[in-house]
Amino acid sequence: MSAASSNLDSVPAVPSAFREPRTGRALGRPPLWRRVVDWALIGAAFAVVAGVAVQARAQSTTLLNVSYDPTRELYKDVNAAFAAEWKAKTGASLTIRASHGGSGKQARSVIDGLDADVVTLALSADIDAIAREAKLLPAEWQKRLPNNSAPYASTIVFLVRKGNPKAIKDWDDLVKPGIGVITPNPKTSGGARWNYLAAWAYAQQKYGDEAKVRDYITALFKNVPVLDTGARGATTSFAQRNLGDVLLAWENEAFLVFDEFGADKFEIVVPSISILAEPPVAVVDVNVDRKGTRQAAEAYLQFLYSDKGQQIAAKHHYRPSRPEVVAKDLVDAFPKLKLVTIDRDFGGWAKAQPEHFGDGGTFDQLYKPKS
Amino acid sequence: MAMSDTDDWRAAAATAGATGEGFAARAVLIALALGFLALFLVLPLVAVFAEAFRNGVGAWWAAFQDPDGLAAIRLTLIVTAIAVPANLVFGIAAAWAITKFRFPGKSLLITLIDLPFSVSPVVSGLVWVLLFGAQGLLGPFLKANGLQIIFAVPGLVLATIFVTFPFVARELIPLMEEQGTADEEAAMTLGASGLTTFVRVTLPNIKWGLLYGVLLCNARAMGEFGAVSVVSGHVRGLTNTMPLHVEILYNEYEFVAAFAMASLLAALALVTLVLKTFLEWRYGGHLAGGRGH
Repeated sequence: MSAASSNLDSVPAVPSAFREPRTGRALGRPPLWRRVVDWALIGAAFAVVAGVAVQARAQSTTLLNVSYDPTRELYKDVNAAFAAEWKAKTGASLTIRASHGGSGKQARSVIDGLDADVVTLALSADIDAIAREAKLLPAEWQKRLPNNSAPYASTIVFLVRKGNPKAIKDWDDLVKPGIGVITPNPKTSGGARWNYLAAWAYAQQKYGDEAKVRDYITALFKNVPVLDTGARGATTSFAQRNLGDVLLAWENEAFLVFDEFGADKFEIVVPSISILAEPPVAVVDVNVDRKGTRQAAEAYLQFLYSDKGQQIAAKHHYRPSRPEVVAKDLVDAFPKLKLVTIDRDFGGWAKAQPEHFGDGGTFDQLYKPKS
Repeated sequence: MAMSDTDDWRAAAATAGATGEGFAARAVLIALALGFLALFLVLPLVAVFAEAFRNGVGAWWAAFQDPDGLAAIRLTLIVTAIAVPANLVFGIAAAWAITKFRFPGKSLLITLIDLPFSVSPVVSGLVWVLLFGAQGLLGPFLKANGLQIIFAVPGLVLATIFVTFPFVARELIPLMEEQGTADEEAAMTLGASGLTTFVRVTLPNIKWGLLYGVLLCNARAMGEFGAVSVVSGHVRGLTNTMPLHVEILYNEYEFVAAFAMASLLAALALVTLVLKTFLEWRYGGHLAGGRGH
């Protein structure tokens, strides 16, 4: 620094680097001390702001519902209705938080420590995984609530573009060359596993022979251009980004697309056969006992079976498990079709999950990503 | 060093002009660059704002009335307010140690600082799950003590700090290297303590480079998606930052709200860019070492 050396000539005692830039005052202790205090104050301010912000939300009772992808709209309504009922009954205010994503991914998060009070996932295998890997609830959780812990059910249907330009009527149309099939990844998405098994059930019924069933599934996934991680991502790919010719979708998700995008853009095609998908719900025992929220969590799940809860489910196009308590026009809106079940036709999730979707299962054997 | 590069470039341009290398060539190159810029940068940005304001300013404003959206904005600000100062302190410390001292393992330290740049954001998130997750290394200890790291604010802060780790240090190291240790040595010789030397000599020398690094760090901290997504748990109103909330809104067909939030993020990025450009223009010489970005 040449400036310093030239200054040395005129002011030999203190080089410029040690002077206050503006006042030219020589360096002393007080300003330094003041600066240190300033920095400490700034740091403390940050800490206080952060602390207050974090503290502010630890007030009233909160439930965390970790759910799968397409239930966003359903639980928005359920949460509001249940919070109101809870307030009327107990006088206490209750906040219900929601987290949505691919069912398998959500189960993984709960195993890794996401503090769920209740899980409402797409299939029992995912809740089984939580019981097995993290021991957060007992292995026989599914017996605790009516109807295999499934307050509502759904099935898998096809969504095609208006006018059905590729004339897709049933499962065998999906393997024709030039058909783009949109379905999420069965590894991460519960809906995708139901899709896969519904297709399997169709081929089983048509061919009977396992080798031919495998050929059918291989051909089907050759027509899949992209595997999204969750059902909602797949729906967006199909409806918003215009990918593919047919979306294999939850019935409720297909109806939702109608509501969101208008019935003039898409058509629902009901195949000859599909699968009865029963998305189960469960209280996560270890978490609710630690947080002291068991009572509210159990009441929340009971609410799903109540007349009001069933009505809300049907309104969001989930097939109610107690249709007798739901308005008739809502029940009649569900198309009637032949439905296989996971327990009767696939030996339950405990068998189907490792056989088809575990490491080296049929999906791994039959799906070859496009390179 | 960068100044002389610029001079070289000017000289080269002048020579090219003088030797009559065509107007056409220049025009084509400029048009190509501008066209590319318009197509890949300006157009998407315009699309974000167009979508956000599609239903008018009222709809745009209404998008910010949603409590979950406000929580996402607040969370992003909290995370940034913790991550940026943390990296500021770390960045100065690391840059100072690396440029003003000689010690064994120095080049290893420089390499490690760059690690977050080269690691995929998914991995940057998963490392915290592996460490602090319920099944992770420290999971049982945390659980026994009722501490929640991942799927909560601390996890988001950790992931953000990890991803934005190199920005300040990377900005300061070349600058301080160029400045050398002469000033500090002079200060020490004249009897200044270490702290005095730092506050009175080092800090004023690097302040513009530091500000520049903080700006970049800040922009990335607010916009980070990948790593934060892994540790978030996606609880609405609690662990969703702005970028995560944009994805949620988009997936719920709330396109105006999604792009309104995205436009806010884009606006923050634009402000950062303007500040950065201003700094470069005003204090270009001081930032010479940081021109690499």
